[in-house]
Amino acid sequence: MPEYTLRIRRYDPQSGDAAYWEDHTVDMGPKQSVLDAILKIKDDTDGSIGIRCSCQQAICGSCGVRMNGKPGLACNTHLDEAADRAHGVGWNPEPDADAETDGEADGNVIAVEPMGNIPVIRDLIVDMDAVHWKKIQRVTPWLINKEPVPEREYIVPHENMVDVTQTMACIQCGACVSDCLSMEVDPGFIGPAALAKAYRFVGDPRDAEPEERLKDLAEDEHGIYDCTHCFSCIDACPKGVDPMSQIMRLRRRAGDDYKINDRNNGNRHERSFVTLIEDYGLLHEAELLPRSYGGDSWFGKFHPSAAVELLSSLPSAIPAVIRGKLSLKLAIFGHKIPKRDLKQVQEIYKEVDGREPRVELNLYVTGYEDEEQVPAHAPHDDEPDDHILDKEAQS
Amino acid sequence: MKVAYWPGCVSRGFTPELHGSMAKVAPLLDIELIELDRAACCGAGVIQEHNQELADTLNARTFALAQQTDGELMMNICSTCQGAQSECQERLDANTEYRDHVNTHLLDEGLKYEKGITNKNFLWLLVEDFGLDELRSRVKRPLTDLRVGPFYGCYLVRPVERLGIDEEHPRDRYMQQLIEALGGTVVDYAGVYKCCGFPIITMNKEASLKQAGRHLGDAIDAEADCLVVPCPLCHLNLDLQQPIASKVVGRELGLPVLHLPQLIGLALGLSPKELGMNKHVVRPTAVIDWSTSVVAAA
Repeated sequence: MPEYTLRIRRYDPQSGDAAYWEDHTVDMGPKQSVLDAILKIKDDTDGSIGIRCSCQQAICGSCGVRMNGKPGLACNTHLDEAADRAHGVGWNPEPDADAETDGEADGNVIAVEPMGNIPVIRDLIVDMDAVHWKKIQRVTPWLINKEPVPEREYIVPHENMVDVTQTMACIQCGACVSDCLSMEVDPGFIGPAALAKAYRFVGDPRDAEPEERLKDLAEDEHGIYDCTHCFSCIDACPKGVDPMSQIMRLRRRAGDDYKINDRNNGNRHERSFVTLIEDYGLLHEAELLPRSYGGDSWFGKFHPSAAVELLSSLPSAIPAVIRGKLSLKLAIFGHKIPKRDLKQVQEIYKEVDGREPRVELNLYVTGYEDEEQVPAHAPHDDEPDDHILDKEAQS
Repeated sequence: MKVAYWPGCVSRGFTPELHGSMAKVAPLLDIELIELDRAACCGAGVIQEHNQELADTLNARTFALAQQTDGELMMNICSTCQGAQSECQERLDANTEYRDHVNTHLLDEGLKYEKGITNKNFLWLLVEDFGLDELRSRVKRPLTDLRVGPFYGCYLVRPVERLGIDEEHPRDRYMQQLIEALGGTVVDYAGVYKCCGFPIITMNKEASLKQAGRHLGDAIDAEADCLVVPCPLCHLNLDLQQPIASKVVGRELGLPVLHLPQLIGLALGLSPKELGMNKHVVRPTAVIDWSTSVVAAA
């Protein structure tokens, strides 16, 4: 059997000592889990290692850790897979002396450390209450009943439930929170797990207050418009919840269905971007910036808040103009695709953008026709496949 | 080789030196660029956020235009275009009914997207189609002693499955391989795969520039001479906004940020000016002594 070295991050805040790495070697099959190895080390060598775990079936969400830099559940990560995660964005076994292995030639070292963005209680155990659950509570994670409550059961259209299936797959492990790059610089960000949870109720037709929920999340300066669109949560999630796409759905609902003009410029930015592509075919950056602050029209740049923003941009704008990076001609007139093509683009806008309801294809629900393309988190057999072109549920 | 070339918006807008340097570098690599000048913006994730079908249709149109050329494949020079277009392509290729539906919007123009276009960022094409050995043989000015920090941009590395990053295609190591092939030294630092913060620059400027400033600072601490990026939007936050990012993180920065074709062009013997490096806000020429370190082993 292959030999794996588990390099476990040890830390006891009450001891007053700094965190340190401790190596343990195990002889185990490559398809046994990282959690199996940690529990074996606890049994055989050192019972004091702190790890939270329960079901060992990837259901309870307790054993979230970082393995060779990538978050996941220790119970459903094979030892060989974890060992191979040492490099790059995490999936390439290419030898690299600078990576976590500290130059060791064999690729069987697995660094196991607590998840990021959450304070450590001890060793691999993080304080989920302090960050994760606090943020979940922030989004009112329960259904607000419509009044009057029906005498019998609610009848919910099938497509509405399919629409929220993906967010319901969340097991609250916190892996997405661990790797959220917005939260890294802005701990106040409500974050991927809680916002995915918010969509679960916004998308549920039984909920009485989707608009209030969306207003709240759009107006919060750490809400839906604080997501930097980095895709980290998508790769981190062991259940295919795709939190980032749920955040984009919240934005779509807030901006387009409820026309919520938030104070973070989120909706104005989106509207202005979409309009500029309709008018020019290409992005007119010099118009986008002031319109994002001042409003989605040619006059947007004359709005006081656009002026304030333009002033604060001068330290970078002045050298850029002096060095010929930004030409005044481009700044004023922008660039366009040829007339005939622009007309076609505008036709597409007319056909698609103005029409209700929007068409949205969710591959989590529909799956892939071509089996070769089926990803690891493909939908299960018991999931419906009859809604290929689910019209997005409109409230 | 001939490629259907999608430069994107920003490489012809706020970072004109990117499109310019690509045009200079292509002939030195025997790449013939058939520019897709009729195509529209990829949506950059923003049109996708507004209306998925609209973004998918605009990109299906771009793919269809590329398929009309005699290019071997489609090539882009922007991480964001790659990621946004890959996302649309994934949906279009996964489902015939959906693809046919989207194609009805292109009928008027006589266009049709056929499933399975190959769309590669310049970085992928260089490593997978052109080959690093071939590139190495064409280097005229090895980047000896130049310490280069790679900065990929989110859209080029995540999600790994959609972007085809696997053991056979370690696309998340290509920049490191490329820097070495050009004779430079790879600098490993915390920000290599992180976000530049650009997507939230208008929504939360402080968080956005804290991201940019932190990665620049980490690269400086790791003694990088410069960063190299395959994404013009990252370049906007890391170079254009660097003076403001410096204030946000409260430290001196002054780290030059090169576009991918600029770094390659230098090694292939082009001058910094030809590559538009005089247009950057943080001047590469002021920090790196090109006359000695880059030319060293010609």
